[in-house]
Amino acid sequence: MLLLALILVPAVAALGASALRGPARRTPWLLLGAMTHLALVAAVAITPPRPVFHGWIALDALGLVVLATVSALFAAVAVYAVGYLRRAHSPGGRAFVGCLLAFLAAASLVALSHHFALLWVGLEATTLALAPLIFHKHDRRSLEAVWKYLVISSVGIALALLGVFFLATAQAGGPPGARPLVVEDLIAYADRLHPAWLQAAFVFLLIGFGTKMGLAPMHTWKPDTYGEAPSLVGALMAGGLTSCAFLGLARVTAVATAAGSGPFIRPLLLGFGVLSLVVAAAFLIVQTDVKRLLAYSSVEHMGLLAVGLGVGGVGAYGAVLHMINNAMVKGLLFFAVGNAVLRAGTGAPAALSGALRRAPASGFLLLVGLFAVTGSPPFGPFLSEFAILGALFHAGHYWIAAIMLALFAVIFVGLAARILEVVHGPPSPSAPGVGEDPWRLAAPAVLAIAVLTLGVFIPGPLFRALAEAAGTLGGGAP
Amino acid sequence: MTWSAVAAVVMLFVIAPLVPGIAAKTKARLAGRRGAPVLQLYWDLSRLWRKGAVYSRTTTWVFRVAPVALVATAGAATCLVPLDGARAILSFSGDFVAFAYLLALGRFLLVLAALDTGSSFEGMGASREVTVAAFAEPALFLAFVAVVVASGETSLSGALGAALAGAWPTAAPALAMVAVSLFLVLLAEGSRVPVDDPATHLELTMIHEVMVLDHSGQDLALVLYGSALKLSLFAALLVGVVAPRAALPPLVALPALVAGIVVAAVAIGIVESVTARLRLGRVPQFLTAASALAALGVILLLAGSGT
Amino acid sequence: MTRVAELLLLLVILTSFLALGTARVSACIRAVALQGLLLGLLPLALYPAGGAHIWGLAVGTVLVKAVVLPRFLNWAIREAAVRREVEPRVGYPMSLLVGVAAVAAAFAISSRLPLPEQAHEMLVPAALATVMLGLFMLTTRSKAVVQVVGYLILENGVYLFGLTHVERVPFLVEVGVLLDVFVAVFIMGIVVFHINREFDSLDSSHLSALSD
Repeated sequence: MLLLALILVPAVAALGASALRGPARRTPWLLLGAMTHLALVAAVAITPPRPVFHGWIALDALGLVVLATVSALFAAVAVYAVGYLRRAHSPGGRAFVGCLLAFLAAASLVALSHHFALLWVGLEATTLALAPLIFHKHDRRSLEAVWKYLVISSVGIALALLGVFFLATAQAGGPPGARPLVVEDLIAYADRLHPAWLQAAFVFLLIGFGTKMGLAPMHTWKPDTYGEAPSLVGALMAGGLTSCAFLGLARVTAVATAAGSGPFIRPLLLGFGVLSLVVAAAFLIVQTDVKRLLAYSSVEHMGLLAVGLGVGGVGAYGAVLHMINNAMVKGLLFFAVGNAVLRAGTGAPAALSGALRRAPASGFLLLVGLFAVTGSPPFGPFLSEFAILGALFHAGHYWIAAIMLALFAVIFVGLAARILEVVHGPPSPSAPGVGEDPWRLAAPAVLAIAVLTLGVFIPGPLFRALAEAAGTLGGGAP
Repeated sequence: MTWSAVAAVVMLFVIAPLVPGIAAKTKARLAGRRGAPVLQLYWDLSRLWRKGAVYSRTTTWVFRVAPVALVATAGAATCLVPLDGARAILSFSGDFVAFAYLLALGRFLLVLAALDTGSSFEGMGASREVTVAAFAEPALFLAFVAVVVASGETSLSGALGAALAGAWPTAAPALAMVAVSLFLVLLAEGSRVPVDDPATHLELTMIHEVMVLDHSGQDLALVLYGSALKLSLFAALLVGVVAPRAALPPLVALPALVAGIVVAAVAIGIVESVTARLRLGRVPQFLTAASALAALGVILLLAGSGT
Repeated sequence: MTRVAELLLLLVILTSFLALGTARVSACIRAVALQGLLLGLLPLALYPAGGAHIWGLAVGTVLVKAVVLPRFLNWAIREAAVRREVEPRVGYPMSLLVGVAAVAAAFAISSRLPLPEQAHEMLVPAALATVMLGLFMLTTRSKAVVQVVGYLILENGVYLFGLTHVERVPFLVEVGVLLDVFVAVFIMGIVVFHINREFDSLDSSHLSALSD
């Protein structure tokens, strides 16, 4: 029951939000929905519920980690939204809060679904729920962004569906009692899976889920979309959508590894991961728009996740930990940048310079985010990236590790140059924007504390969950 | 060389001028007119035969040879097609290539004759005709390949015979596509709407008509007869693909052929009535579609026989 | 019934070619509507013994793919004083030839993959061919609504492949997939409508302001 509530509560809330009039009523509704969901997640974490619907909807360690991450990030987004939608000229229409809650419902479905086709439905629903949010500003640039997003995402998702069907075909020769496309049965009877169809399924699912994650070369929608969407939507996409897509990829990796196709899939994952890192570094250093900068940073981190999955072992643990870190850090960064944009009154790159001189708290948070996202200690991403690098060395991929370290340096330079300019640059002449707001500061502040905490110490229950999750991916904790 | 094969060839020579007549009559009837009599072309041919020809001073022997060559090549090509359903007068492995190239030879000489007149008007028609032919050739060859694959025989006599009749029940969709493709090639090679309008006199729209504008008298008669013969030859080919008559005795097969050709002529008339002539730039697209259909037929037949 | 199914599959491929080779946008939409109709009839032809859920799937598919979505797409482009010509980036004859190559490739690939049991032998090649043709159309057409048609054809191809598994992938999921496609095209249609209004044209090459 609790499991279904996790999906249904946000869904009902989304419908309810569309019925409410006036942003003054919708915003508390959003907050209520987010907090209820977070409470439900805590409840299922403490007392794991039983699977429902023949095991189609169930909770395992990996799903719980993703669910908790998305829920926590969403709660932060809801808090931020209170401050964001409160602005006098905020165009938050009816669809805004409704789509946000719909996204939460869809993301919960993805996290809880153990049936691949159901997972696909959830992922497609997240795609569709976000589209109106990207188009929020209703101008030409956001129109272009949402069109590219829709076309590329839809193609990726369609190919992922083909991959799901291939997976069903691979399972066709198995024992009749096995539930088709259910993760547990796929892994249990993995040796009966037909290798050719399984590998074809993996390729298509990698392309499809990779498009949603933003792995290169399917990442082309990311810079435009992150650049034009409102900041809190960007936070949700960079932290929530990517985590859901990663979950899909991780599940199919687990199935393929259990079936013995490891040697086939590992080079693919490593290849896409390294390519994403290279592309991200190359484009990052020439960026002038901060939000597009963050998009390429997201591509970089997705590449890291792919590499972690591909190398296995401790790398799987590192990948799952990094997913959490990435969500927190991206939320932090997007919120801080959002504050800067509001302070400057416009998102144009030229106007953003020095905007945070007038908003010191957000500036400080942005600096914290910069160091966190580039993997400096004492923040969380350092530990996860260290784990992945360690796994690479352990597996003998010295060259890949060396390239990654070099790219990290390049990315640090690119990010620092632009963000420092935003924080410390000479302030631009007119600044009609909106001042600081406790809600809009509370959200990134909490995320910053979370990132710092994860960099210093990982709580016991979390560690156990991570280790269990890594175990299902064929890896283990350090 | 069976008597039925010879009789069939003679019969085709005789009824060839009927085909344009039937097509024109159908078109007229569908337009609500009475139209010219079906035997009109026979009267035209006999009238033209009694007239003398006028030759331009710029023309050479090529101009005089071309009409004869057209009829000769068409006649030779007729001998390769199994009109009675069983065997043609001449057949050897790969004779469909010879068929295509005999017709191409006739067209080549006609084009040379057009260029021979030294007039840019005919030259324009010649260049258009050659362009259309260039696009129609692949479609024709693909259709032949399809028929060869379906029947397993490499000569026209075998390919359009009993083996094809046996292939129809299993490969009906593919062969239907090939038949449609052949019909489109028929429209192109016979200079019919939607590729070319035989009734038009506007230079903007003519292809075949303008190429033979300078011929007169007996030459013109030969050219008209040769075109009609080509048309009925393609119609006979189409009938051979759609309804292989190998199992029928010759006395039944020949009337069946005639009936089939009449049906094809009526179909041409109907198509001419309901479609408009294509813009010249769209003709390659039209013929590529014909090639694509034939290619699809080949793929399906290969897949069907392979698995 | 396999003959009927084979004929339907062949017609599905031919309608993809029709959409690929036509010069008019409205003809494109009509072609994909026809394809939707054929796709709706296919489950009935493939599984004549099927129960209510096969009928439900067929009716639902016909409703969504052959009636609602094409009408909606026509609505989306109606408002504009727009040129109704497709304006492809790759010419029509070339598109047709690439299409034939795609079909040949699909047949070649499927002959190498072992077929799922109980599947009609032409289903997998037809599915792969339709996917490739849809993808080709999506990438080589510049009018936004024609790109949506290409996406629909791509989805039709994936749906075709899913028909090999009607027994294993149950009805509920097929309905879910149908619903997703419906909503996706709905949203795309709205965006096309906005593109139409904003640029007074359906040409997506106008959408090039954002780049690196």
